Amino acid sequence: MIEIKNLHANIDGREILKGINLTVNKGEVHAIMGPNGSGKSTLAQVIAGREDYEVTEGEILFNGKNLLELSTEARACEGIFLAFQYPVEIPGVSNTTLLKNALNSIRKYRGEEELDAMEFLTLVKKKMSLVELSEDLLRRSVNEGFSGGEKKRNEIFQMAVLQPKLAILDETDSGLDIDALRIVANGVTKLKSPENATIVVTHYQRLLNYIIPDFVHVLYNGKIIKSGDKSLALELENKGYDWVIEEAAELV
Amino acid sequence: MNSSAELKELFIKQFQSFENTLNGEKELPLHQIRKDAIEEFSNLNFPSIKDEEWKYTNINPLLSKTFKPADSIPEVDPEFINKYLFDKKEFITLVFVNGYFSKEFSDVDSLPKGLILETISEAIKKHPELVLNYFSKTASAEKNIFTALNTAFADHGTFVFIEENSIIERPIQILYVTKADDIFVSPRNLFLISKNAQVKIIETYAGFGDRSYFTNQVTEFIVNDNAVVEHVRIQDEQLNAFHISTLSVDLEKASNFSSYNINFGGSLVRNNVNTKFNGGFAECRLNGLYVTQGSQFVDNHTSIDHAKPNCLSNELYKGILNDTSRGVFNGKVFVRQDAQKTNAYQQNKNILLSNDAIVNTKPQLEIFADDVKCSHGATVGQLDKDQLFYLKARGIQEKEAKAILIYAFASDVVHSISMLQVRDHLEALLAKKLL
Repeated sequence: MIEIKNLHANIDGREILKGINLTVNKGEVHAIMGPNGSGKSTLAQVIAGREDYEVTEGEILFNGKNLLELSTEARACEGIFLAFQYPVEIPGVSNTTLLKNALNSIRKYRGEEELDAMEFLTLVKKKMSLVELSEDLLRRSVNEGFSGGEKKRNEIFQMAVLQPKLAILDETDSGLDIDALRIVANGVTKLKSPENATIVVTHYQRLLNYIIPDFVHVLYNGKIIKSGDKSLALELENKGYDWVIEEAAELV
Repeated sequence: MNSSAELKELFIKQFQSFENTLNGEKELPLHQIRKDAIEEFSNLNFPSIKDEEWKYTNINPLLSKTFKPADSIPEVDPEFINKYLFDKKEFITLVFVNGYFSKEFSDVDSLPKGLILETISEAIKKHPELVLNYFSKTASAEKNIFTALNTAFADHGTFVFIEENSIIERPIQILYVTKADDIFVSPRNLFLISKNAQVKIIETYAGFGDRSYFTNQVTEFIVNDNAVVEHVRIQDEQLNAFHISTLSVDLEKASNFSSYNINFGGSLVRNNVNTKFNGGFAECRLNGLYVTQGSQFVDNHTSIDHAKPNCLSNELYKGILNDTSRGVFNGKVFVRQDAQKTNAYQQNKNILLSNDAIVNTKPQLEIFADDVKCSHGATVGQLDKDQLFYLKARGIQEKEAKAILIYAFASDVVHSISMLQVRDHLEALLAKKLL
């Protein structure tokens, strides 16, 4: 589904990603772990198309298309969804406005009919129950006055409505209490299908108790230094990152 | 290029021709007011950027044009008119074309009890005392050349009188449409709202055609004790039009006045909004929005005079400026020595959508009382990059995403308008302008 080859990216002239190689196939869940500042969020943002980052080398293919040539919105329409680490508040824009515009823009891109108000409402109500959000949220401004947990649940709710092919969850577990974590993880798990894929970017393995990864990658200093299966996440939880970093250093 | 003096000459000559068309009306007392006004006009000079009040607003583009007074009703496409009209079942509707009252497009049948609604020229014949008591008092022609000019040519416009204790449920919509034909129009409104009365009035200014025109407009409002008024002013002139307006409001004891001053059109626009508290415990809300593009220039000068204690004023003006357009906001709030327990809040916020758009903002607070709560502030910024990325990352096209954010920015100016149709209309005009 997505093929990242030798990806290098800068921000303000500083190199953050230093040659990432990663392939994710449909039906798979990949976890990207690593200490703070290793480039995890940068990778998520570069895939989503954040313009602050400059890609200096490498390529990203998404279902055969050169992703780096597409605008942020075209990437979303192609089926990429980024669940933000810090969802922004947008006063004056209701969740309904956001979702309706997003959904219809994506449908239009794919040559599908736009949904009318009734169809939209029916769909949205069905998806809300998935993350246990109440309907009055729809009228509220996007993320404005939301608690940390509500913001993250709102991200997963948007994901449920937009039904991406590739979901990237950027530190979705950070700042969540255990109940909210369970709700979010359940939502993500229910949205999993053999046709879509998920990249979970996380610092801790806690979320991976609920969303079981097929592959775990360790990102350090802008490179993936180790990959393994879900047991790697547990090992990292127990032993920390130092041993992986040392192991990688020895290889060089 | 005219010299300022030549242009004045021309207007004075045009006044003489206008006078000759008046026949019997020359004998009415209103005409003396007109003659005094043209006299005042001839003694005044057009402002230049050397005048503090016109520091950022160069009116040379206006002065370099020659306009003749409108003298007839042109053909007008009903579809154009209908674009601006609300449901006639719900709104009392007056339409003026080139300043002339159009019976065809208006609907003033079966007016509610307690309302006198006339064109200003009819009102002076039918209710001379009422008109003369107030006309040209709140907005004086003295020392204001544009008000003097409007007063001199005052013939067309709307007179509203609401009797004591009358609540007029159907809002009154007044539409002034001008054909761009190098003409000038001088719409003049006088709105008298008696004690305990309530009314909602919408004024709309629009134009069609390819040439230029000049709207020089004055509205006077007397809001008596305990009266409640909602006033919406929609300026959607042609992009080659000149528009100068003055809205003067006298607020009596415990009255409540909400103003929405919405600007989309015009090449050179100057709006003066002057409100004065003549009694205590009154409230005044001034909301403003200007959305400009191309080389538009829109200047809003507001003043709120807290002459009496215990009043509240709340002002919010927002600007959205694109291309090489320019905006000016000057908001004065005076709190006089006697005006203890005043609450006065003022905000001007602007978004610049291009590097070449400019806004000059000057909130001004002059406080002579000591027991007051006042604040003011101004901001100029761009669209929030993080918000824009968030919307785009959800698949929304850049243009739409910007429009959504701009609409959100603008919406709190209009969201408190009580008339849903008016809000929807403004939303549509805004969307049209943004996309």
